[in-house]
Amino acid sequence: MSVDLSQFLQTFFEESFEGLDTMESGLLELDPEQPNSETLNNVFRAAHSIKGGAGTFGLTAVSDFTHRLETLLDRLRDGTQSVTADRVNVLLNAVDCLRGMLEAIQNEQELDADALSNAQKRLDQELAAGDGGGGASATAPATEPATPPAAPQPSAGNPSPGGGDGTSRGGWWIRFEPEPHLFATGNDPRRLFLALQDLGDLEVECDTSGLPPLSGLDPETCQLAWTLRLHAAVEESAIREVFEWVEDDALIDIRPLDAVQPEEDSVAQEPGSASASAAPAPEASAGAGSGGGDGKGVAGKGGGKGGRGGGSGSASSIRVDTEKIDALIDMVGELVITQSMLSQIGKEFTEQRLEELQDGLAQLERNTRELQENVMRIRMVPISFAYSRLPRIVHDTSRALGKTVDFQMEGEQTELDKTVMEKIIDPLVHLVRNSVDHGIEAPEERTAAGKPETGTITIEAYHKGGNIIIEISDDGRGINRDKLLGKARAAGLVEDGSELADEQIYDLIFHPGLSTHDQATEYSGRGVGMDVVKRNVRSLSGNIHVRSTHGQGTTITISLPLTLSILDGQLFRVGDQTYIIPLVSVIESLQVDASKVSRVTSRGEVYHWREGYVPIVRLHELFDTEPVRKELAGGLMVIVEDEDTYLGVFVDDLLDQQQVVIKSLEANYLQVPGIAGATILGDGTVALILDIAGLIEMSRGGRRQPYIPQQDDADEAA
Amino acid sequence: MAKILAVDDSASMRQMVTYTLKQQGYEVTEAVDGQDALSKAKSGSFDLVITDVNMPKMDGITLVRELRGLPDLKFTPILLLTTESAPEKKQEGKQAGATGWLVKPFDPDQLVNTIKKVIR
Repeated sequence: MSVDLSQFLQTFFEESFEGLDTMESGLLELDPEQPNSETLNNVFRAAHSIKGGAGTFGLTAVSDFTHRLETLLDRLRDGTQSVTADRVNVLLNAVDCLRGMLEAIQNEQELDADALSNAQKRLDQELAAGDGGGGASATAPATEPATPPAAPQPSAGNPSPGGGDGTSRGGWWIRFEPEPHLFATGNDPRRLFLALQDLGDLEVECDTSGLPPLSGLDPETCQLAWTLRLHAAVEESAIREVFEWVEDDALIDIRPLDAVQPEEDSVAQEPGSASASAAPAPEASAGAGSGGGDGKGVAGKGGGKGGRGGGSGSASSIRVDTEKIDALIDMVGELVITQSMLSQIGKEFTEQRLEELQDGLAQLERNTRELQENVMRIRMVPISFAYSRLPRIVHDTSRALGKTVDFQMEGEQTELDKTVMEKIIDPLVHLVRNSVDHGIEAPEERTAAGKPETGTITIEAYHKGGNIIIEISDDGRGINRDKLLGKARAAGLVEDGSELADEQIYDLIFHPGLSTHDQATEYSGRGVGMDVVKRNVRSLSGNIHVRSTHGQGTTITISLPLTLSILDGQLFRVGDQTYIIPLVSVIESLQVDASKVSRVTSRGEVYHWREGYVPIVRLHELFDTEPVRKELAGGLMVIVEDEDTYLGVFVDDLLDQQQVVIKSLEANYLQVPGIAGATILGDGTVALILDIAGLIEMSRGGRRQPYIPQQDDADEAA
Repeated sequence: MAKILAVDDSASMRQMVTYTLKQQGYEVTEAVDGQDALSKAKSGSFDLVITDVNMPKMDGITLVRELRGLPDLKFTPILLLTTESAPEKKQEGKQAGATGWLVKPFDPDQLVNTIKKVIR
């Protein structure tokens, strides 16, 4: 039989990474003063599973390394070694190393031998500390013989005579006297005899002398004994292996046939049948009740298969609570009822039934909406996944900087779209690290400022409207407004003499190349980073804002859409076509003032707007359609923005703002430059959704010109 | 064909066990921990239970003890998946009523051979 084990590796990696996350968060939770045994158990169990899987799937290096880790954890668990902050750090380091190993194997890269040997050395040192230098035993997996040693026997010392435990050419004599409880362990003498029969010719003699009178017979206990003669030149160990599981539940005496005395050989009072089916093993288990199990079986499988990404990375799979699926099934059930009700009305429709029809349609609408909401929920995962790396970041960064930080996480169960969640992890890591590095002051500075020595950083997530809000706040030194403004002026980002609102000043921290920290550290960047954070948030159609009070702390608020498949759009019309601009990109809409339009060589038409110039895009030219209006003067223009680049989109008419479901144009037609996707409007017509970044590229011939905000540049929604 | 209940909290191990056994023609039901297994055992009928030891919610040893309390599973073979590093679990398992064990790590062939010891 051949089973290709590599097909299970993807699942193994996924669950191992989850296990490593569990280990990491558990270790970070551990209080050396009072280690929580449940936490330790969870950490241990995760390590144990990884080791088992790695061994099974042939990743020897991983299982060897994890064995050390597991051994140390086991000792912490049973109290042989105490939990110390240093030990926890060694374990955290080992977790990192293990993660690195698994990632390398998953991506078919070289293992980082230095990191491995370093982590291994540190583990071995801790292990050696535990057993007073004799740690060698723990550093290699205890190997267990494939078959148990033949020596220990419950029977009276009866080392096989006749030349040790080698082969007996003449075959073997076996006395088998099970304890009455043998059946209760699920063992069946018949199966043992069949296994022996596989080795060679078997004679079975049943000893019924132990049987009580029929009235006292308990069919659930074993009152029989057997004498067996196996005519096969096999090793004694082969026979022992057959009896391996019942060694403790029976007296087993094995001797070479030719060494057995005649009187010993005739224990049996009656001539037993030579057939191996003498055992009256109860057949309760083979009962025919075959129903029932199947439905449940399918449900169980969902959990197992859910983790498998079809070979192309883990991005394509998602785990869904059965609860959510059950809710969907319920709703589909209701939809079916509504459908049958409607079709019934349709079949025998009279005007009197109009009200019934309207009720039915209202019900259909409700069903559809609920179904839509719940299908969306499938993609929703708790933000705790994104949180999971943060405690470690805080732990490591604050330790390295000599700060003490109390890190609080709130709203872990707040759900958001899986893709959004994955993409927000890096920005969160960056922001939290920044808070530790730039926000929280050194202990002495805090004491001097009359604050508690330990700083507090809180991350909180909650739903608000159709958005998820994530707030990261610290009680640190806050942003020095004047210093930031001074820097921005020095860098030419803000004109001398111009006045900015606080909010605008704080937003400058997202500008590329600005950092208030005089000394760049290893832990947060050199002014790079915040702009990337903002870009990432914007790419998710989200917003990010800063509030800060000098000396008291900073709060960064990120607002993200719950899902990427629905967007808030501004509808507008050009000719007979309806288009949509993502609302998040809209800065303002205005009536074109002809005096502000100018033509610039090589850049086409531009519009003088807020102390700067924005290029004008005429969609009808770009998309080759017939507009109602070609004359700019007096027409409507929407100013849109992407990554601080602005564009004026000339439109015929502005329509509603509404939520639209994004459909991929690429999947249904083909990719069109300047178009991000399409949606189907209430009246059934298709509307195209503009890709603002793409439009800007097109209008600039592929190049982007930065628009420098000068004043009054707050994000005023249209 | 014989029906097997395979219990392991590790999805990859479950997949491997299930795949291997299905290839042999067995009918396999999966459970993710002792509690899950117990409720599946109550509502179905099985010719063999094969369970991991170290699991959240309810461990394998407790599961064995619980299963032995069910009339339908009083005499059904139950195999434990033990590990090299915890040989004491074999005895603990036997005392709880396990039929036998298979030591992790094992390969599919070992699994099939072990299963054949109890399902003939």
